[in-house]
Amino acid sequence: MAVIVVEVMPKPELLDPAGKAVGGLLRRRGDTVYTDVRIGKRFELTREGPVTREVLDEVRALAEDLLANLVIEDIVAVYESGAEDEFDEFSGVVAGETR
Amino acid sequence: MARIGVVTFPGSLDDRDAQRAVRIAGAEAVPLWHADHDLQGVDAIVLPGGFSYGDYLRCGAIAAESPIMREIIDAADKGLPVLGICNGFQILVESRLLPGGLIRNDHGAFICRDQILRVENASTAWTNDFAVGEEFIVPLKNGEGGYIATEETLKELEGEGRVVFRYVDVNPNGSLNDIAGITNARGNVVGLMPHPEHAVEPGFGPDTPAAMRSGVDGLRLFTSALQHLLTV
Repeated sequence: MAVIVVEVMPKPELLDPAGKAVGGLLRRRGDTVYTDVRIGKRFELTREGPVTREVLDEVRALAEDLLANLVIEDIVAVYESGAEDEFDEFSGVVAGETR
Repeated sequence: MARIGVVTFPGSLDDRDAQRAVRIAGAEAVPLWHADHDLQGVDAIVLPGGFSYGDYLRCGAIAAESPIMREIIDAADKGLPVLGICNGFQILVESRLLPGGLIRNDHGAFICRDQILRVENASTAWTNDFAVGEEFIVPLKNGEGGYIATEETLKELEGEGRVVFRYVDVNPNGSLNDIAGITNARGNVVGLMPHPEHAVEPGFGPDTPAAMRSGVDGLRLFTSALQHLLTV
């Protein structure tokens, strides 16, 4: 069994009221080091078989069609869970570096 | 007698109110079920408000994939009048029958108020009983009613006169260009966030300057559809 992770965020130019509320809470608690909070979604898709580049492409297509609405959201990463250090072609970054 | 279908999805709230509005307008209301493929030969369709599938994934996203929506998308492409109210509007954008998207209100809270709308396009299947520039009051109640679209789409909507309703005095949810409702290029599909089906009967409508709960102008969306059906 492999788990493929899809991460979706509201588009940066759109207001994210939920993230804004959490950001406000942090400031009220005195955590002034955090200047912004945004909240997105993480999908975990479990499937049989090895996760190849083709499989990731397939999941990316599914994400574009259904899991995200590209009018209001961006897909920021598609990768196999546990393979975070592998280069993620889609996001253009080494996923492990982002966390 | 014209027959107007009202689709019930799991989590629809205002399907009964929409049926009632259809009847008061003088048509037969035909209840349709989300899991069916049968449109029962109706002449027009209303997608009602509510919280279909608990707004899971995104508002309207799961309903947009329901069996009956396959048929509605085909029929709408052939000219069947379709009105999406609130969650119905969200279903229409998720189905890509209408462009753009609806996001959480800019102020972060659910809002419920009697809202003034201005009619910007009186030639759609659902607005021909209005005059351009006319203002009327309908209840509005939503948490995710902020209309957004790319600059290009907005330009297209504005340029082609496809903004159907605009908010007046108060923009209740941060919608771009004060957009409350839009239509497709053909004018048979209309979506709006406010609730015309709650402004159809004296004593139960929104407050107007004339009297409390006297607003009945929402009825004219439904009578517009009946007028439209006589002309096609």
